[in-house]
Amino acid sequence: MSPRVVFPNKILPYLLVAPQLAITLIFFYWPASQALRQSMLREDPFGLSSKFVWFANFKKVLSDPNYLNSIQVTAVFSIATAAVAMGTALLLAVMAEKVIRGRGVYRTLMIWPYAVAPAIAGMLWLFLFNPSIGSLAYGLRWLGINWDPLLDGEQAMALVVAAASWKQISYNFLFFVAGLQAIPKTLIEAAAIDGAKPTKRFWTIVFPLLAPTTFFLLVVNTVYAFFDTFGIIHAVTGGGPGKATETLVYKVYNDGFVNLILGDSAAQSVILMVIVIALTAIQFRYVEKKVHYG
Amino acid sequence: MATVDLKDVKKVYPGGVEAVKGVSIAIPDKQLCVLVGPSGCGKSTLLRMIAGLETISAGTCSIDGKVVNAIGPTERDIAMVFQNYALYPHMKVYDNMAYGLRNRGMPKDEIDKRVRATAQTLELAHLLERRPRELSGGQRQRVAMGRAIVRSPKVFLFDEPLSNLDAKLRGQMRVEIKNLQRQLGVTSVYVTHDQLEAMTLADVLVVMNAGLVEQLGAPLDIYEKPASTFVASFIGAPPMNLLPLRSGQLEGAVSLPAIPTNAATIGFRPEDCEVGADGAAAEGGLRLMARVQGVEPVGAESFLYCEAAGGRIVVRVPGRTAVAVGDQLPVLTRREKLHFFGGDGKRV
Repeated sequence: MSPRVVFPNKILPYLLVAPQLAITLIFFYWPASQALRQSMLREDPFGLSSKFVWFANFKKVLSDPNYLNSIQVTAVFSIATAAVAMGTALLLAVMAEKVIRGRGVYRTLMIWPYAVAPAIAGMLWLFLFNPSIGSLAYGLRWLGINWDPLLDGEQAMALVVAAASWKQISYNFLFFVAGLQAIPKTLIEAAAIDGAKPTKRFWTIVFPLLAPTTFFLLVVNTVYAFFDTFGIIHAVTGGGPGKATETLVYKVYNDGFVNLILGDSAAQSVILMVIVIALTAIQFRYVEKKVHYG
Repeated sequence: MATVDLKDVKKVYPGGVEAVKGVSIAIPDKQLCVLVGPSGCGKSTLLRMIAGLETISAGTCSIDGKVVNAIGPTERDIAMVFQNYALYPHMKVYDNMAYGLRNRGMPKDEIDKRVRATAQTLELAHLLERRPRELSGGQRQRVAMGRAIVRSPKVFLFDEPLSNLDAKLRGQMRVEIKNLQRQLGVTSVYVTHDQLEAMTLADVLVVMNAGLVEQLGAPLDIYEKPASTFVASFIGAPPMNLLPLRSGQLEGAVSLPAIPTNAATIGFRPEDCEVGADGAAAEGGLRLMARVQGVEPVGAESFLYCEAAGGRIVVRVPGRTAVAVGDQLPVLTRREKLHFFGGDGKRV
């Protein structure tokens, strides 16, 4: 433990942390408390008055089959997105290690998708896989797949998962490349001399040593899938067909800003906040135990 | 168990850099061969080629009479101890040692027996459940050794295994490695840049310079008859004194023995110098007047750093000395202790 810094001045330390505190208060605690208050109010149809109803909104939301469906959709979507994004990125990063000529160019190209805005990425995928004009949709149909994400919920889900993970692959790739570079070459050589073939080396040496990176990305990707994929879903499916791709975040938006059921929407966002806090806590509490740092 | 034969082995890196320029070494069974040389002389590259971690550009490497050029490190049945130990940080000591055995599909109880026996030999038995980062440098070194020994491979390869240890531990481990190697009777190749390690460990000593073998032989033979000025200045601490000759003469020498006609450099070891020896002993020897510029008392001996005959020399005197900086000393080296080297640096 390094010795703690002691400030002789009583006020200065508070002044130094004040900007950070102010930002957190204004942009997190204040909106969060507003949401909490809002979640216990019920507006009249004209938005002229509101009534304090305690937990009635929560009760209503949690017994709504649409909401339970949305939880399920979110679970499928998040797990699939995190798995596809991390798996593909790891594969590409391991392959990139083997590239000798033009490694820099290859890596730079791999990072580009991250610079594409979510809504734009969504539009790209929407056009590519549009059943009537999409070039890749044409290919799919040629393969004998009855491709129509506008009607088929599972196909719509596959499309948003693909779009969402495509955007996240670059980010994961970057971290996996850095993680792989941090593994000493001599460890791989020692394993080779110890008689481990490449695949075995990967699963017994490389993968366990990448665990800190993988764990970090697991947390980041979960949060990403929960919150940052709104733009993609909005652009590609708008939550449809039916409610097949309506994730929790998308439902908050739909109920609050489209249908103007503010109380329900606020209750949902409070529940969402609790879910993400709980998920992150679980990841740190249980998954991190299996991670060895250095 | 196994012999290691290198025949005209070369290593050319893409880009044209020639790290090893044709090396032939035959290491007999159960012998410890030390490759010594300054950094960049190609000794590590050579070792890595024997290990199969680097491809061989030309020539052949055979282990136990079988050419292994095209065989990967996995199938060569060798074990290597790395400079940074390369222990698997996420595995316990036990698993570190068992890893190689498991990869070869050995039954569990046999693995357990072997690991525990090896741990016993290396005094690691109480550390088996620890992870590498909970061990001291010396203990990690032992685990690295254990991981090599437990597999009972054909050949041990050591890549500067002691250079990360402090001086005292290094001396201790040096003795242990030597004993262990002799006891197990495994053919070994040991790379170091430390001439003391090289001298004390080697059965066969190979001095390398700029990708070539400068001299190969028993350590004391090399010490007594260095084949070139490079070897003379590399083996021995402090190194041999070398003074340039001008047309068969050494300027500033009080008396000079008969010098071979083509000699360009005269050499003598600091410990072969006698200070203030009488005239009779001086017969046929080299006599110099040396001006003392520095005195280093080490305890059992003292080193005098002097200027003589237009060059710098080191003189070793036993015990302590009353000599002070600025003193003029007569320094004598007997005829049989003198070395002569030609214009190309080779011994004459």
